[in-house]
This record gives sequence, structure tokens and C-alpha cells, in this order.
Amino acid sequence: MSDAVQTPLLSIRDLKVAFRGQKTEREVLHGVSLELFAGETLAIVGESGSGKSTTASAIVNLLPGTGHVTGGSIMLDGRELTTLSRPQMERIRGREIGYVPQDPMSNLNPVWSIGFQVKEAVRANGIAHGRHAVRQRAIEVLKQAGLADAERRLHQYPHQFSGGMRQRALISIGLAADPKLLIADEPTSALDVTVQRVILDHMAGLTREKGTSVLLITHDLGLAAERAEKIVVMQQGHIVEAGPSREILENPMHPYTQRLVAAAPSIASKRIQAQAERRGIEHETTLDDVPAVRVRDLTKDYKIRTGGFRSVPFRAVDAVSFDIPKGKTLALVGESGSGKSTVAKMVLKIEDATAGLIEIDGKDSSTLDTREVLALRRRMQPVFQDPYGSLDPLRNIGNTIAEPLEIHEVGDRASRRARVVELLDQVSLPQELTSRYPNELSGGQRQRVAIARALALKPDIVVLDEAVSALDVLVQDQILKLLAELQSELDLTYLFITHDLAVVRVVADDVCVMEKGRVVEHGTVDEIFANPTQEYTQRLLDAIPGAAIPLGGAR
Amino acid sequence: MSSDVNATHYVAPVHTTTITVDAVKVAAKPSSLWSDAWEDIRRRPTFWISVAIVVVVILMSFAPTLFTRTDPAQCSLDFSNGGPAPGHPFGYTFQGCDIYARIVWGTRISVAVGLLATLIGSVIGLVMGALAGYYGGWLDSVLSRVGDIFFSIPYILAAVVVMTVFAQFRNVLTLSIAIGGFAWASTARVVRAEVLRVRQSDFVTASRALGKSNFGTLISHVIPNAIAPLLVVSTLSLAAAIVAEATLAFLGVGLGDTISWGTEISNAQTSIRVAPMSLIYPSIFLTVTVLAFIMLGELIRDALDPRARAQR
Amino acid sequence: MLVYILRRLLQVIPVFIGATLLIYFLVFAMPGDPIAALFGDKQPSPQLLAELRAQYHLDQPFVVQYWFYLTGIFRGDLGTTFSGQSVNDVLARTLPVTGRLAVMSIAIEFCLSIVIGTVSAVRKGKAFDHGALIVGLLFLSIPVFVLGFVSQYFLAIKLGWFSPTVGANNGWNGLWLPALVLGVSLFATSMRLMRGSVIETRNQDWVRTAYSKGLSRSRVLPVHVMRNSLIPMITNSATNFGVLLVGATVTEAVFNIPGVGNTLFQATIRHEGPTIVSFVTIFVVLYVLVNLLVDLLYGLLDPRIRYVK
Repeated sequence: MSDAVQTPLLSIRDLKVAFRGQKTEREVLHGVSLELFAGETLAIVGESGSGKSTTASAIVNLLPGTGHVTGGSIMLDGRELTTLSRPQMERIRGREIGYVPQDPMSNLNPVWSIGFQVKEAVRANGIAHGRHAVRQRAIEVLKQAGLADAERRLHQYPHQFSGGMRQRALISIGLAADPKLLIADEPTSALDVTVQRVILDHMAGLTREKGTSVLLITHDLGLAAERAEKIVVMQQGHIVEAGPSREILENPMHPYTQRLVAAAPSIASKRIQAQAERRGIEHETTLDDVPAVRVRDLTKDYKIRTGGFRSVPFRAVDAVSFDIPKGKTLALVGESGSGKSTVAKMVLKIEDATAGLIEIDGKDSSTLDTREVLALRRRMQPVFQDPYGSLDPLRNIGNTIAEPLEIHEVGDRASRRARVVELLDQVSLPQELTSRYPNELSGGQRQRVAIARALALKPDIVVLDEAVSALDVLVQDQILKLLAELQSELDLTYLFITHDLAVVRVVADDVCVMEKGRVVEHGTVDEIFANPTQEYTQRLLDAIPGAAIPLGGAR
Repeated sequence: MSSDVNATHYVAPVHTTTITVDAVKVAAKPSSLWSDAWEDIRRRPTFWISVAIVVVVILMSFAPTLFTRTDPAQCSLDFSNGGPAPGHPFGYTFQGCDIYARIVWGTRISVAVGLLATLIGSVIGLVMGALAGYYGGWLDSVLSRVGDIFFSIPYILAAVVVMTVFAQFRNVLTLSIAIGGFAWASTARVVRAEVLRVRQSDFVTASRALGKSNFGTLISHVIPNAIAPLLVVSTLSLAAAIVAEATLAFLGVGLGDTISWGTEISNAQTSIRVAPMSLIYPSIFLTVTVLAFIMLGELIRDALDPRARAQR
Repeated sequence: MLVYILRRLLQVIPVFIGATLLIYFLVFAMPGDPIAALFGDKQPSPQLLAELRAQYHLDQPFVVQYWFYLTGIFRGDLGTTFSGQSVNDVLARTLPVTGRLAVMSIAIEFCLSIVIGTVSAVRKGKAFDHGALIVGLLFLSIPVFVLGFVSQYFLAIKLGWFSPTVGANNGWNGLWLPALVLGVSLFATSMRLMRGSVIETRNQDWVRTAYSKGLSRSRVLPVHVMRNSLIPMITNSATNFGVLLVGATVTEAVFNIPGVGNTLFQATIRHEGPTIVSFVTIFVVLYVLVNLLVDLLYGLLDPRIRYVK
């Protein structure tokens, strides 16, 4: 196709960006080039540290901290942006380039009303003048962004909105002046999965209507392929591959892109689903063996203090029941507020159940005395989500992994040291790490330490609470493969908590879908994906990015 | 499928460095929070200046004879308000005492009050704050109320009341208890806030899930991670306590006849028009010492700040 | 919001009772004759002793004594001073003076700390920032009364710019030097706080969003940075009110200002126990009231409290 005649709306050539350190300059973008045409949507895909957000911020000169452009050019409609003065840049921002940021809570000023902040955008870009006109325009853009009863909402404050509503407000701010280019930096990553799809659909409709070009930043390759015509893949400040989304997905050439495509859960899940459908769906079988974990009618009530002096009971978990057969993985899937983490805490006996039965290996765990509870804990260990908070920053890695051995008084110092080395080896980490501290490791490495700690006492059951949700795609893939290896090697039973249904496809044998404290559907993972019976489950499945793309060719 | 940037499907040339995922840097030195903080703080000249001042002050407290040979109690009205003379660099007070000697000998009392008051305040504050923050619930409500009660009485005024009532017990210990016994409330608040923050971390939950007792987790995981702000507040409290001793002396409820910076400044009030230096010299010593401690506190705060650490 | 107010009011009551009880306890529950102890080594006349014993109901059990004391506060009857004047009369005369001093000092403190704090934050790490820090810490290290004496000596006696004592000239005009002294001694902590607050706020995501709308720095700084940074400043001034009260006492003593603090000062150097107790109680009441007011004000400033979900 020849677009040699058409000039691009946005043209970035050989862009270099660096951050000033205490003595040196650290270059983070090493010559990035891309082109975006009018009405087009281009997605920049990359893991953390790839430079995708940096590229986006550099366009509107909003680099954080000491960042600055050290070379290259950015042209908007033929106009060079890197040499603009501050007032000139201010005129471009908002009016010609709109910006939608990632986290809706922290991106809205909590002390000013939503209406104030939207009107500010309208007024600053000269869209309307006079109180009445400005107000009307603000209501208009909020309605366009999908906020019903926008008029009433003008007076409300950010904390009174839900996450999805806040993001709509941010979208309306970004599009308030009908800019030519909209930069959307991970606009839905902080939202629940079902809300994500709705917001993205809406945004796509709006931009299509107005003919706005969109620069979409995301870490999810499936989402990029679904929403954008062109994809640019970045790694550590370089562009490694660029081209039409279909082609990148079906025929990735660069080894990094190939790995991304192989590891992306949304795409992987479709692949595995295709395979499963070909070989035949696996159904639940009745077991003769005692399940590793049995939960019946588990309930948890909290007292929530309302604004007044009373407190109302809040049912976080409502009569949940499931079995986990030995050596298998059960995934508990749900969005935020579904109660899945609370279930995990009750199984681990970190929280007390209000009602219901929990049996570990046939024994009721609520009737145990303290010594038996201690013994139980040896057999059941957690791995949590936040890799930056799950390790004590003041302890070195060796002591952290050895702590369970100390608490349960296993072995002497020498044998504990040997065990630590053994565990590090099992999670593929070098022995030298025993004297290091958590802050020196990356997220994936810390998570592996957390897994090593969980395995120290040779448990039978591991509860993984969103254990890979905060990790980059390739690292996530590594950890999931490690977990699968360990499971078959050590005959472990996993309770896997997650909000990401795509990961579930990759990792689980059985699935329980939770919504608002209840189990709405359960079955084998094949069943759930092939024949979901509940509407909520269907919605979750539809929300997996890339669901609409037919994948060509077997891999 | 070409390497031309403008092509439809661009592929970058492959570099070998892009392959490994999540490699570990084996060669670097281990760095914990405290060693990082030390690395940062030892590079700052203000740190060493403050430390030098503190060392001199402590030396003066323990061995005043190193700094002066004159007996501070040897006063003669012949020298009243006399100016500087050889061996008496700061001159004489209204009552004919050597100003310099009295400042040097007063150091140990002022520093003692400062240290003791801070120790009392910090220990009480740590215990109350940690228990309130960690256990929460009714314990938190009760302890916080108690803290609020003590907080609402400015500790100087409370010390005034105590020292007035216990007028026959005017010594370093009573004064320190009077100050520290009321100043703990602000320390407790700081500790409670930090404990609350740390308590939410996953490693605390993990510790409990491993089987460690609630109290054991508090001692070995929560408190060490919450102690950084306490350190900062304690150095600032030390400075404040030394100032408090002087203020209380000014208010007439200080240590009376015992030589301290506070009593020296207070005694010099009456002769300020005639001999202002008899007030200014001890004030300088006090100010410089207090400044040194405050600077230390600020430096420690900056060194332990997690955000600043991330940028290093 | 209403619930917030009610809850704050309910929280104030135990604090108030606790604080007054504590003071009372310190003085009157100690072994020995509290009245004699209050007078230290002075010898009051037997008549005065008898009067005071009756006033404090010392023949009654401790709790009853405290009850009379507490209700006395509410009735506005705080007894008499050593010299026989009713405390109420003294208050009526002296409270306005101290009020003026406090208002002026706080105004000076706020102006200085907001301006210098914001500029320091924006020019973080540069010369102005370091300079402001050193100057601020210096003023923090000098006891208020020393600052008072030194400025009295140099600015009033030597240079003659102000009169060294205030005395009868205690209207708004006459209080400039003491207000300056008190304001400057307070400004160090609030300046640091403002600086820290502005630095932190500037890094917040919503500031970047504000810029992305095309707003200029002259709009973003006051509307999105300072407005948010002021909240901790205001709450801090409430908790720091105790420092202000002590500072006012000392300043009034140095400059001979006939305010509440000076009355307390006279009582402390003369070891007049009963007066000390009365006036410390008054200060505590003032502190609790100011904190309550500021908490309510805070509720107005922060919409997260005003509008619960």
C-alpha cells in the first residue's frame, strides 16, 4: 500500500531521552522512530522498563523528574515539538494532543470536584467562554465519555466515583478540546477486567467518530492487536519490531516479539483452548481419594462502619464450597471485591471463618489446638502478590528463606544453610543471593524467593494469592513454568487466586468463578472456557483482550 | 520483513544482550537499608560537622577539666561584670563568676537532662505507639485517648506544674521525668503511624502464616521496620529537651543552684543591659549544640527516606 | 459531615476530662499537704491557707474535689489569684492582649512559611533551599526567650527601632517586635512542613494530568499544588498550638506584655501554685478548643470528609 503521498500526523525520528543522575546521564531511549497517520490507532507494547511510557511523555514534554530529550525529533503535523518554548507547548497540550493516564484515582485532584477539573480543561483550551458555555461543554464531554447523569455528577468529588467512572472523567478531559492526537497510557490497566472492555470500546467509538489518532500504550499484546492497526514493540529503550498488528501476531520475526507472543496469557489461552477443543474437553471426574482441601459453605462477615455511629454487617464470602484434589491446581477467579483473597486467608487460617467447614486432608481445621495449628502451617504455605512487600526489607535472602525452618525448629544452623542453598537451586536462583537484600532484586526474583520460602518446610499445599499479577509478561511466563515444574516434581496442590482469566487457562485444572462473595460457576478449565453457563463468566471470557482476533496457524 | 524503519514490517537487528530474562547481578555488594543510609550520610560534610560538635559536647560533659582549670564556683564580687581577662576568655557574671568555666561545667547537667528526658519519652512513646498501632481495636482506642490527653497539655507547662509541686526535689532526675513523662505523646503518634503502615505489608502476613506468634512478629519484623522515624524524632527530641531545660530555668522552675546552661542564661537576664554577653555566650553554646542535634536528625531522615534511596 | 462533627465532639470530652484530671491529680493527689506544697517554701498567711482549703474543698474526698473543680470551670468560676483578684477579671483583661499577639504571630509565621516553603520546594537542592533550611534550623535552635532578649537588646535598646517593653502599649501597633520574635521562632517547623508538602504534592499524578490539559505553571502551582499542601500545614498549626502558648508566655515575660502568659509567668517565678494550676488549665482548655475548631475546619477543607460516599 502506498502512503508516500500522505504525511504522518505524528512523526518521531531517532528520539533519545536521558535522565540526569547525581553525576552521570542515563539514556533510556536509544533512538526511537515511529509514524502515526490521521485517524489511525498505533499501540506501543512493551514490558516495564521498555520505554513505552517515556516515549509517550516525551511527546508532550511531561517527562518525570530529571528526564529530558537529548536527541532526535518529534513532529506533529510538520511542526517540531522538541524545540518549543514552554508557553507554546502549553498551547499544544490539551488542544492538539490529549492525554489519558493510567491510574484514575491518583490522577484526579481529590480536593476539587470533577466538574471543576473538566471545566478547567475546557477553559484552558479556549473551547468555550463564559460560565454557562463552559458548563454546557463540560456536561457534553462527560456524556460523550459515557457518564450518564453528567449534570448531577459535576458537583461530586473523585472519591465518590467508581474506578470506571473516574476513568471516563479522565477520558473526557483528554478529549475535551477535540485534539488531533490522543495519547492513552495504559488507560484501563488499573480497572477491573469487565469494566476495561466497556471503557475501551467506548473510547474506540469516540475516537473513530471524531477521527482522532490514538497512541495506545499497553503491556498486553492481545489488547494491542485488538485495538490498534499498527503495533510497535519496544524493549529496553529500543524498538525491536513494528508493523501491522495482524502480521506481528501471526508472524513475529524478532526473537523478543516471538517470546512475547508465546507468553502473552490472552493469546496463549486462545491457543490452548484451540488445542483442547481439538483433543476433547476434559470433564470433572468424581474422586475416591480424600481431597487435599475441602471447603463447604464457607462464610465470612465483617462489620463495616457506615458514616454514622452504627456498623452494618458485610458478607465478604457467602457459602463458598469447592474441593481441590491432591496434586491439582484450583483457580479462584474474580474481580476486586469478589472475596477470593478472603477465602485464601481463611484457608490459611490467617482469618477466622464466620461459618462453614475447612478440611485439610480430611481433618477439620477449625477444631485444632495451637500445637496442631502450628503443625498444619508446615503443610500449607502462602505466596502473595506484592513482590515489593512480601519480603522483610531488613533481612537478607538467606535469613528470609530460613525463617520458616527457624520458627518450626527444624534442623541446626548448618543443615538450614544447606537447605537454603537447595531451595535457591530449585527456583533457579544463584547461591550468592543468600547475603543479598530484597531491594537489590527484581520483582520476578523476589517472587522466586517468596516461592523458595514457601517450599522450605516441604508443604503439600501452596496458596498463591495473585502471585504473578504484578509481574511482566515474560517474567510471569517464567514463574508459571517454574510453578508447573515444582508441582509435578514435589506433588504440590495449588490454590491459585487471580483476576486474570487468561492466566487461569494456562495454569489451572479446575476453576471456581466468584462474584460478590459467591461461587457463580465451577468446573474444569476446559468446560468453563468452552461452555460457560453463567452470564458473568461469559463476560469475563469476553473481556480477555484479543478474544476477537482469529489466530492463524498452529504453533 | 526488513530493517528499514519506514518499511511496513520493520524488524530490528538482533543483539545478543536482549535474550536473557530477569538475570541476576551476581557481582555487586550487598546493600541493606542501614548500609545504604550509612553510605549516603557519611558523604555529607554537615554530618561530620555535627558529629564533631556532639563529640566535643560529650567530652565537655565527662571531662570538664580538659577544657578549663578554673573553679566555676569560685566567685568574687570584685570581678562583677568584668570583661575578658587572660584565662577567663568570656569575662565574669554579675556575681563575679567565670562565665566560660560555668558554661563548661554546666554542659554535663544540660546534656544529662536532654538524654534522660529523651530516653524516657522515647521508650514510653515506642511502647505505647507500637502496641496501639499493631493490636488496634480497643487497645488502640484507649492508648490513643491517653496519648491525646497527654498531648493536650504542652509539656513545658506540665513540667512547670510538676516542678512547682515537687519543689523540694529539684534535681536532674525529676526534671527529666517531668519533661519526658509528658513529651512522649508526639513520639507515640509517629511510632503508631509507622507501625500501622508496616503492619499492612505482606511480609507481616507471611510471618504469621509461617506460624510465628503475633507478638513475635511485632518484635522481629514490625518494630525494626518502623524504627527509622523514631530515630529521627529522638534526635529532635533531644534538642528540644535541652531547650526545655533552659526555658524552665527561665520560668523559675529549673534546677536552681545547679550550674547548667539554662540556669546561666536565666541568671544573666537581670544584667542584660550592662553585660549582654553573660547571656549571649551560654546561649551560643546551647544553640550550637541544639543545632548539631537537629541537623543530625534531618540528615538521618534524608538518609533513611525510601524514595531518596530508590534514586541513588 | 454532621456525623464527623458529632464524633469529634464526643472525642473531645474524654480528652478534656482526662487532661484536667491529670493536672488536678498531679497537684492535689500527692501525699502531704497540697496547699503547703503549692506554696513551696513561702509562708502564706493562715487566713489565706484556710480560704484556699475551703475553696478547694480539701476536707472532701478527691473525686468530689475534682467535681467541684470541673464544674467550677464550666460555671466560669476559676477562683482567685494569690493577690486576691478573681481569675475571671484577670482573664478578661489579659486574654485580648494575648489574642492579638497570637494572631499577629501566626500571620507572620504563615506568610513566611508559605512563601519560603514553596520557593524552597520549587528550587529544591539549590542555594535558596539550603540557605532557607539553615536559617530556619537556626531559629529553631535558639530558645524563644533568648531570641526575645537578643532582639530586645539589639533592635530595641541599641538600634531603637522598637520600644524594649510593651506595657500599656499593647494594641496592634505595639506588639510588632514580640510578634516578630514569636512568629520567626515558629516559622522554622511550618516552613519545613510546607516545603515537604509541596515537594510531595508536585510529584503527584494529578499535577501531571493538570499540565497535560495545557495549564500553565502559574495556574497549576496555586490550584493543584498549594491548595493541597495547605491542609497538613493547617492541621499542624493546631497540634503546634501548645508551642505557641508556651512561646507566648515566654515572649510576654521578656517584653512585659500584660497578657495571659505573663500572668502565668509571674505566678511561676513567685511559686504561686494555685494560680499556676488555674492558668495551665486555661491553656489546656484553649488548646483543646483550638484543635476542635481546626478539625472542623479541616472537615470543610477536605471533601473526602465532607462528603462521605
